[in-house]
Formats: sequence, C-alpha cells, structure tokens
Amino acid sequence: MSTSVFLAILVTSLATFSSRFFGVITSEKIKENSKIFRWFNCLAYSTLAALIARIIIFPSGFLSEVDYLIRFIVIISSIFVFYLTKKNLVYPTIFSAIILTLINSL
Amino acid sequence: MINLKYFFKGLGCVKSFDSPAIALGCCMVAIGALFKNIGFNIQESVFSTFLTYALPGSLVMAETMIIGGSLLNIFFAVWLVNSRLYPMTVSLMPLMMHKKQPKWKYYISCHFVAVSAWLIMKNNYKSIEKKNRIDYWIGVGTATWSVAILATLIGYISADYLNKNMMIGLAIVNPIYFMCMMIGSMKTLQINSSVILGAVLGPVFYFVSPEWCILFGGLIAGTIAFFLGEKNVN
Repeated sequence: MSTSVFLAILVTSLATFSSRFFGVITSEKIKENSKIFRWFNCLAYSTLAALIARIIIFPSGFLSEVDYLIRFIVIISSIFVFYLTKKNLVYPTIFSAIILTLINSL
Repeated sequence: MINLKYFFKGLGCVKSFDSPAIALGCCMVAIGALFKNIGFNIQESVFSTFLTYALPGSLVMAETMIIGGSLLNIFFAVWLVNSRLYPMTVSLMPLMMHKKQPKWKYYISCHFVAVSAWLIMKNNYKSIEKKNRIDYWIGVGTATWSVAILATLIGYISADYLNKNMMIGLAIVNPIYFMCMMIGSMKTLQINSSVILGAVLGPVFYFVSPEWCILFGGLIAGTIAFFLGEKNVN
C-alpha cells in the first residue's frame, strides 16, 4: 500500500470517526426525551436532507455529466415508483440506475 | 458481552427484499470501481471502506486526491461533508444507552453510524427493549458494514466491465436511495419540516459557500424545524 494513499485513507477515517466519537461523548449527557435531543434529531434530518439535495443539484463526479432536466426526470419518476410500490426502497433505486443508464446510452 | 439473540436479529435486517443491502451494495460497487479508476489497489479500496464506511466522505476523498489536494485538504473536506454524523450520532445513541451496558459498546459501534444503518435503527428501535437496543444496533451495523465492504470489493473487481453510462447509472443510486429513505421517515411535523427545509437551504447556501453549505443549511433548517415543531406541540 503506497504511503500517500494509506495516509489519505487514514486521514479520511479520522475525519469521519471524530464526528461519530464526539457524538457518543455528547450523547452521554443527553436524555432521549429532552428538548436538546429533539433539536439534534432535527439537525440530523436537516443536514442529511441538505447533503442529498446538494448531491442531486450540485453533483460532482459522474453525475455532473448528466443534464439537469434528465436528473430531474429520473428523480421525479423514482419518487413516483417509490409511492407506486408502497414505499419499497429497492424498486426506485434500481429503477433510477437503469433509467439513467438507458437515457445516457441513447 | 453481546446478547446474540438481538445481535442476530439486527444482522438479519439485510435479509429481506426491502432491506438496504441492495441499494447500499449498488452505491458501494460504484465506489469500488471509482477507487480502481483513481489508482487504488484492491487492499486500499477495501481498507478504505473498512475504516471510513461513509459514502459521501469516500467520494470527497477520491475527488480531493484527483485534484491533487494535500492531506489537510482531504481532512477538512471530509470532515465538512461527514460532520452530519455528529447530530446523527447524538440523535441515536441516547435511544440505546442503558446503565447495564458497557460503554465500550457505544464507542466502538458508533463506527456504524451511516445513513442506512441509522435509518433502520430509527425506524425499528421502538420494537426492541432499551436494554437490548445496543446489541441489535451492533447487528444492524455489522450487517450494513459488511455489505459495504463486500460491494466495494465487487465494484473494484468489476470496474473493467462497467462502462461510463453504467457508472453514471450507479452514481444516482446513492442520492435516490437516501432520498426515498428520508421521505419514508417523514412522519412528524418536526421531521417533515427538517427534511424539506434542509433540502431547500442546503443548495441555497451552496451559493454562499459550497464547502459549508451542508453545515450552515442543515443547522439553520434544523433549528427552524425544531422551533416550528415545539410551537405546534405547545
């Protein structure tokens, strides 16, 4: 394993684990029915939603090569499939991959 | 040590057809293929998922390496995108903390805090007695973590057989899967408004700072949603 890649992986895992680790330290002082717990719960959902929206609207990597309109169509149709299949998670995710691959192949 | 009954119950969460294993697997296949494309060897790819186990963070690491960023750049970029794990951990651990359980379980199993395992636990914790939740969680985490590692390996091996269009197709799986899981979790005013406001403010703050938009957008959206929910309850 080359040193630079090894160090990059180590630095990445450290940056990731630190948030989890400090999360446990903070949790020790928080009761599950407290207001602060509910606030953190809101923050967890909102930061996740912000992350997902950023990945979809301002993507990097392979997704950035896909036109906005195509991304929009895939997302809306995947949500439609999600509700059509009674909130099954597998169908919309597989559907999205297939439909996007097909549209790009045209 | 660990109550095996609950551990295996948690482990079994990936067995059902509607489990996150398939979607999570597809996402990690894409990561494995990406690792190969940027020059990682097979051990480095597997080691990366083993140690990090957070997909957006791995993506950011790969992108920062491609543009020749320093280790400090990588640390900062990954920390910013993965800082969401802090509120996620704080909003999960108190639900599982029990005085009869040793603390090491919480400090080690926090490594499993990632969207799929977190959402499974948030949706199922009420069906498990509080004392046994941590063992169930360790099972859930071990299962999703193992799927992620295995899928990275599969992605790495199959990278040569995946063309660009297939890679693009795999890249959309992660946000679609997360998005559907989030929509499925929207059951109270506080969570609904957190998700909607976060999805709006995150991209809005991108225009202010692409690096800080998740943190700023998430913090403001979550705080507004919290007060909205509290006011409504009162």
